[in-house]
Amino acid sequence: MGRQIKFEIFRYNPERKGDVPHMQEYILDEHPNMTLFIALNRLREEQDPSLIFDFCCRAGICGACAMVINGRPGLACQTKTKDLPGHIILHPLPVFKLVGDLSVDTGVWFREMYAKTESWVHTKKVFDPAKEEERMDNSVAEQIYELERCIECGCCISACGTARLRDDFMGAAALNRIARFVVDPRDERTDEQYFEVIGNDNGIFGCMGLLACEDVCPKGLPLQNQLGFLRRKMGITAMKQIFRKK
Amino acid sequence: MQTYYSDLLVIGAGLSGERVACEAAQNGFKATCLSIVPARRSHSSAAQGGMQAALGNSAKGEGDTPDIHFIDTVKGSDWGCDQEVARLFADAAPIEMRRLAAWGVPWNRVVPGQSFYFKGGEKFEKYEKEENEGLITARSFGGTAKWRTCYTSDGTGHAVMCTMDNRCAQLGIDVFDKKEAISLIHDGDKCMGAVVRDLRNGELEVHLAKATAICTGGFGRIYKATTNAVICDGGGHILAHETGLVPIGNPESIQFHPTGIVPTDILVTEGCRGDGGTLLDVNEERFMHIYEPEKAELASRDVVSRRMTEHMRAGKGVKSPYGEHLWLDIRHLGDKHISTKLREVDEICHHFLGIDPRTQLIPVRPTQHYTMAGIRTDKDGAVYGLKGLYSAGEAACWDMHGFNRLGGNSLAETVVAGGIIGAKIVEFLKGYETTFDTRVINAEIKRQQERIHDVIHGRNGKLNVYDVRNEMQEALMKGCFVFRNKDGLEECVATLQGTIEKARKVGLVSDGVGCNHELAAALKIEGQVRLAMCIAQAALVRTESRGSHNREDFPARNDKEWLNRTLAYWPMGADMPDLKYEDTTPLFELPPGDRGYGGGKIIPADEKYVKDRTVKSPVTEIGKKK
Ligand SMILES: Cc1cc2nc3c(=O)[nH]c(=O)nc-3n(C[C@H](O)[C@H](O)[C@H](O)COP(=O)(O)OP(=O)(O)OC[C@H]3O[C@@H](n4cnc5c(N)ncnc54)[C@H](O)[C@@H]3O)c2cc1C
Ligand code: SF4
Ligand code: SF4
Ligand code: FES
Repeated sequence: MGRQIKFEIFRYNPERKGDVPHMQEYILDEHPNMTLFIALNRLREEQDPSLIFDFCCRAGICGACAMVINGRPGLACQTKTKDLPGHIILHPLPVFKLVGDLSVDTGVWFREMYAKTESWVHTKKVFDPAKEEERMDNSVAEQIYELERCIECGCCISACGTARLRDDFMGAAALNRIARFVVDPRDERTDEQYFEVIGNDNGIFGCMGLLACEDVCPKGLPLQNQLGFLRRKMGITAMKQIFRKK
Repeated sequence: MQTYYSDLLVIGAGLSGERVACEAAQNGFKATCLSIVPARRSHSSAAQGGMQAALGNSAKGEGDTPDIHFIDTVKGSDWGCDQEVARLFADAAPIEMRRLAAWGVPWNRVVPGQSFYFKGGEKFEKYEKEENEGLITARSFGGTAKWRTCYTSDGTGHAVMCTMDNRCAQLGIDVFDKKEAISLIHDGDKCMGAVVRDLRNGELEVHLAKATAICTGGFGRIYKATTNAVICDGGGHILAHETGLVPIGNPESIQFHPTGIVPTDILVTEGCRGDGGTLLDVNEERFMHIYEPEKAELASRDVVSRRMTEHMRAGKGVKSPYGEHLWLDIRHLGDKHISTKLREVDEICHHFLGIDPRTQLIPVRPTQHYTMAGIRTDKDGAVYGLKGLYSAGEAACWDMHGFNRLGGNSLAETVVAGGIIGAKIVEFLKGYETTFDTRVINAEIKRQQERIHDVIHGRNGKLNVYDVRNEMQEALMKGCFVFRNKDGLEECVATLQGTIEKARKVGLVSDGVGCNHELAAALKIEGQVRLAMCIAQAALVRTESRGSHNREDFPARNDKEWLNRTLAYWPMGADMPDLKYEDTTPLFELPPGDRGYGGGKIIPADEKYVKDRTVKSPVTEIGKKK
């Protein structure tokens, strides 16, 4: 209690004529259990209603509020101010298109990713409402769920050196998405088909394996394991294809 | 101005909206979904617990049937639901869960052999059958006779939302995010689409369609303390309601969830109690079994919320700087259970409370959670008052929940209703051609442009929208919460009469340029106060207690006078809602009776009225045996 926090926030509204990117300062009294969600909403409602940022669930489950907090991508809603110094610097996530101030366009990026990875179960089976469900081993179900926990916050993409350098790099979230379908027995795609999608420098072979993605993932997804798993699998597939071509 | 055309415009891309869109797209129609946030951020993804369907695969669900699910649902609703709709729902739910499995949902499955579970703090044993291995399993939830809640760990909503959104991508449905519908285009007879504000650049656009479906979720955010996401603000309800033609069904029917954490009101799932968590008071003693010997912590939400409030009023609450609360105890469930099946709960405790639920108690209290109230539709999902307008999911009052919805029945409703109503929309589209009247469209665009211009330039006044919103939220918290009475409700209505005046006089502080949030808030504030007023006024008039609607001054459930549904219209230019009433249900499969929990007196309905409407069904027979 009692602390005054200095916020330094990136400001730029591309729709406002003549606006230029700059940093703006705000001062706020800290309260117990204050999160950046509470703080930013107070700033907007009490000090500056032009401030642009995104929140949705405010409970760490939807991924809307990712931003760069004192230099590190994270979820603003589950960041408590008391865990930060009294000077908090906020930037929008890099890589994604800026909407305004702290808000970026993750929606379009991820929608394009679904198209690229064909993010759905590929099967020839037709659903028969009269039949019992197809059985699945519970451990397989849990394994799939484990990879499906991604909330598409974009932190991993923003932290990734390769993604910052190259627009067309798919990023850990996309590769993780592929891994989700690889482990799903309902998906009938073959390794060769997956290779078509990710077996190149935009995909698994562009990753430098520097771990930044897993470090910042707020859901603690096992991104490194998945990247490694796909790299091995795709490596083998690549070998097979080379031999087949000969 | 950009104009988009489609056969079906779905406003909202949560589970219900996307499920409706899938049905249309699968039948060859062009469907478009709009959403304020990327579809997967919709509130559906926040649901942790699960969804109900009588599959009967698990040991504790053995013998379950749609009939029993139907009975639980009707009892849960305190006989406030439309029984035809509850029947459609219970019958279709198992098929819909299997369909989701085929589309990719990683449901948890039956693991054969011995396992343990907790109930009321005690440990029990169960055996899952070998022959059911790998079928969709279920967990326990409040208010149900059998274990019926299908789940994926504790991220059911998230997993189902991913699958549904994948399905939309596969079917090539246009799902546009950062688009907010701000008004419907209609000619007083039929709906033609909506005027939409692009939240990237603030520009207006027009979406025209033969059919429009409002699937915008609940409006918990008009309360101060709510588990709902910040986008659950009633936008969709306001669109329909402000036409003056469409009623809000049962506005007084608002659900309060027993376990919102203090102080942020983030929900910890009912799964905690379903899995054997207990509620404790200031002395760290259980109390629910005293009030509800049979169901204890597993009574329905309205009952648990009420008992908790009573217990705190009896001086057994825990005092805190944020007001009184009680404790939720899941310590005995153990590390493995908490770190797998209740992981989201674990994370919430860690991030928002800074505690470890393996060793510490979770501070909880009842908080706004679900709106049974909604845009009134018939059993096909067609909205009263405008042709070509539909609604599904939490936004709608399709009315399978009546005065209290059961945990797990809402997420199930989104996909089941989405499927049923989607099919009805397909039927409608097949036989329907229409023309779009440009005069009507242009007039509506102009009206919206003027509205925006006026608030930006403070033409109506310069009141701060956030202050007005606070006043509304506080009025509801004070007068329309878990317990209600005449004096409190009258005061609430009086306050809101002042608030609505203020809502008409808001003007922006900022310049409103681009994806400005203040403008979005200002455009919906009057509509929100109208919704608040409908809740308060309907609650004042309903002199009985039913489900979540608890009148301290009228504690009995009065079937003689109140076996009906409120329809709150808001005539153009009016200052108060116009309340009408209709029969709760056209027929009874389960004639009104005691729920078996919650206590309270019932003033019975006219015998002949009930008899004339009671149909013979397996359920009526079960009812007789009792
Ligand atoms: C924390 C929490 C946990 C829950 N857990 C469970 C559970 O375990 N089991 C269960 O059965 N139920 C649960 N529920 C309830 C259930 O999740 C919801 O009732 C259900 O998901 C609502 O789905 P929906 O499709 O109707 O709406 P939502 O998922 O809320 O989607 C609404 C959509 O409408 C869009 N939208 C809103 N306004 C506009 C507008 N003006 N223009 C354009 N788009 C708009 C939004 O962007 C969003 O896409 C829970 C609810 C909460 C709050
Ligand atoms: S490990 Fe690969 S995907 Fe992850 S941050 Fe590094 S380069 Fe990017
Ligand atoms: S993988 Fe993790 S960091 Fe990346 S988008 Fe998903 S949740 Fe966010
Ligand atoms: S607002 Fe949903 S994760 Fe932060």
